[in-house]
Amino acid sequence: MRKVLTLVDRERDGAVRRSACALLTIARRLGEPVAVVDGPADPELIKTLGHFGASEIYCLPESTHADSRIESAESAESAESVRGPQSSASTTAAEPLPLLDSAAATSGSDSAPTATDLLHHLAILLDPAAILITAGYRGQETAARLAIRLDSGIITNAVDVRPGPDNTPIAVQRCLAGSYLVESTVVRGVPVITVRPEAARPEPFRATPAVHTVRVDPSPNPVPSVAATPEPRPDRPPLDQADIVVAGGRGIGSRAAFAVLAEVADALGGAVAGSHTAAELGWVPQEARVGLTGKTVHPRLYFACGISGSVRHRAGMQEAKTVVAIGDDPAAPIFHLADLGVLGDARTILPALLAEIRNRKAL
Amino acid sequence: MKIVVLTKHVPQAIGEVSFAQDLTMDRAAVRCRLEDSDEYAVEQATRVAARRLDVQVTALTMGPSGAVAALRSALALGADEGVHVLDDALHGCDAPATSLVLAAACRRLGFDLIICGTASADGAMSVVPPMLAERLAVPALCYCDWLGTAEDAVLGRRDDGTILEELTAAMPAVVSVTDRSGEPRYPRFEAVAEARHKLIRTWSLAELGIDAAHVGLSAAATAVRRITRPDPQPATVSGSDPQAAAVRIADFLTERQFL
Repeated sequence: MRKVLTLVDRERDGAVRRSACALLTIARRLGEPVAVVDGPADPELIKTLGHFGASEIYCLPESTHADSRIESAESAESAESVRGPQSSASTTAAEPLPLLDSAAATSGSDSAPTATDLLHHLAILLDPAAILITAGYRGQETAARLAIRLDSGIITNAVDVRPGPDNTPIAVQRCLAGSYLVESTVVRGVPVITVRPEAARPEPFRATPAVHTVRVDPSPNPVPSVAATPEPRPDRPPLDQADIVVAGGRGIGSRAAFAVLAEVADALGGAVAGSHTAAELGWVPQEARVGLTGKTVHPRLYFACGISGSVRHRAGMQEAKTVVAIGDDPAAPIFHLADLGVLGDARTILPALLAEIRNRKAL
Repeated sequence: MKIVVLTKHVPQAIGEVSFAQDLTMDRAAVRCRLEDSDEYAVEQATRVAARRLDVQVTALTMGPSGAVAALRSALALGADEGVHVLDDALHGCDAPATSLVLAAACRRLGFDLIICGTASADGAMSVVPPMLAERLAVPALCYCDWLGTAEDAVLGRRDDGTILEELTAAMPAVVSVTDRSGEPRYPRFEAVAEARHKLIRTWSLAELGIDAAHVGLSAAATAVRRITRPDPQPATVSGSDPQAAAVRIADFLTERQFL
């Protein structure tokens, strides 16, 4: 079975993202899943990747920054060779992993090897059946550069990847605002596929990964220096600037039930709002009222629970990009606006939804 | 300082799009316009031009003869001149081939900064900017919400959902800007009229020194097997089972990337 390389997407503190585990699940359909980490591997990381079926892990040595140049100067002959498989126990916990060196990433040839350099090296070394990368800001750029270096075909933003008849992966993309599903295959080089984070649900599959540390020379291409400032985000964004607004109306029923709605808002990182009625009943403060006489909001997601969607309420939220509505009246005008409408009792659906969101966020 | 803005001519209404025999989009059969995200790129280029002396903004496109309309729109929005790479052999180019042609055109034009939109409405591969950077061996600042220039450097900011990143690179560089970078202006009538008199050059592959065997549908590194139109999901579902409803909502939120 040929290897399938997956680039491990991590949080800034080094924790493996859910999407990285989903990639391993997809890779298992296509061949032998191999995890590639663009940094050193700590036991926690190895454990997580093993839990989701990685048979091998390739990672960069610790502190690639200062040491690699010195070492590669001293032992040039072994510089690009793969170090033999090390036992996972021998790898010690590192400092918080520098994903992108925030302090002084310099441009030019003296920078650390990027994920592209590492994947390029491994693609030549291992001749994998495919390279899977999570579609994100960084993943998309890595995939693009890799495809050019390998002269390979690239498919981006796949919503599904499955093995084809001759074992070449078939990737499914949504095109033209999701109105068409396009199935394509790569016909030249190692297929480079970026996969949307929601394409699969991670399924545990126990494996004991062999850990390999690889030394890679950084490419001479200049890379931009990145100074990353963790953006201080308030727990709950102000309503009129919120990206996500969770709003409740009369259908929520009580102040106590509104607390569940607020928890859903927190789980989504959104603001809490109320309809005219909810504000009048004191379930939300007056300044959180959305509508003609209250705030006007332009969120990406407007989550309306127990709101009928009267004209005065719609006046405050009709600019929302996506609307999800829960309500028990099929004739409620909010369902005409909704991208997803659920006919039911918000008081029973919201606790179930809260549990589901927490469950998904916890991997 | 020379700025090249990449522009694309894309279908105006997605509902009208049809596919030809070779599974490429039938661009002749549909009304097209300048890609929305490219308007933001032109806007950023003109903003840089307003702050500096001796800036020349060139709008670059490749595509069938109709694509010249996208250039005219870009010229009305503030670009100084246009270049149209027009060749029958370009039909069906994939992203690597597109970046090959655009890189050759940019090299021929000379550039300090290449500004692109993030993703086109029709293809949405969003990989041409970094591919171009790789071919030209320059840094790429992708998905910038804000763009600025220093004397010899380009600065960008982006928000990846958890952190705010500030990117800096020495020029020449490739930048892609999002629709949060600043609303494009609505062109004045005078600007639209003036755009008709601005120069548009048409280059062929031979002029760029590219072998036609390396581009087009036959040289594509990916092949489309099948195009299907999925049944639209019902917009309203029953919520009589709270658990099932919660899963449906969570799926929807995940699909739209709110989770």
